Amino acid sequence: MAAINLDDSVMTTRLDAVVNWARKNSLWPLPFGTACCAIEFMSMMASRYDFSRFGAEALRFSPRQSDMLLVLGTITNKQAPILRQVYAQMAEPKWVVSVGVCASSGGMYRTYATLQGIDRVVPVDVYVPGCPPRPETMIYGVMKLQEKITRETLAGRREHIEQFYESLARQEELQQAKGLSNYQVVREMVLAAGDAGAQKIW
Amino acid sequence: MTEPAHFFLPILLLLILASIVGAGILIVSGVVLPGLLKPDNPMKAKLTPYECGAPPLQEGARHRYSVKFYLVAMLFILFDVEAAFLLPWAVQYKAHLWTFWAGASFVATLLVGFIYAWGKGALDWER
Repeated sequence: MAAINLDDSVMTTRLDAVVNWARKNSLWPLPFGTACCAIEFMSMMASRYDFSRFGAEALRFSPRQSDMLLVLGTITNKQAPILRQVYAQMAEPKWVVSVGVCASSGGMYRTYATLQGIDRVVPVDVYVPGCPPRPETMIYGVMKLQEKITRETLAGRREHIEQFYESLARQEELQQAKGLSNYQVVREMVLAAGDAGAQKIW
Repeated sequence: MTEPAHFFLPILLLLILASIVGAGILIVSGVVLPGLLKPDNPMKAKLTPYECGAPPLQEGARHRYSVKFYLVAMLFILFDVEAAFLLPWAVQYKAHLWTFWAGASFVATLLVGFIYAWGKGALDWER
């Protein structure tokens, strides 16, 4: 019996590659708009720039139904625990895009009240520069995120999110122990991490 | 012409079989498979009632509060409407004697209610 050559009709791949291909083309964005970046985000979603082309058609304003958190604007210290809670409530697997300099580094708000970069409290995947960034820049940022999703492993992403959950548990423990308010405990964790030379609290 | 009952037995069997298969497909595709495949990671943050990031201040929204709030709201609506009528009345009451008395009788009616509410102690928060 002659060997059957299946090379032309069968393609083999890894599970990670297939799942990641599906994931990167079906992102469900959750806009966390706190400043002018959110205005640019509106035109990014509208027909001229048409963000739906990238598979992120459906905007969801509930964290329970979305998996890509777009942080659009300045995050103050009091907003930090809210951002952490919203990120925790999102469906796994989840990604974070930090849009604009305010979200990425505090930007021009180098003050006691502003969080100097959201990557101190939530795990950020892509940083988009600009003040505010043009819609093209944001789209480029999300395309970079799609490239990143293509490269990552399923277990790696899971672990990445688990680390955040552990920090959330630590936050709660500290809050119970010291009787602090929501934002005080996050502030304390950020300051402690800064003293230890770390940029983030998980 | 009557058929014997067992003549339709195969149809009954077919009906039962179809129901079982149909229910089976629904149960497997709607309950069993999703239960096996869906990501399931319940945790405290995800189970909170609010999606805005703020912690709930108390358990449940159906708590009791004082009837005084209703009283104040009712009185507010009453005198809010009165204020809304007083403004055009103040501009136009000289136009006709009847205009003046129409507005005055309205205010007088509300005044009686106001005195009654006052006398009943509806305006005292602490009693």
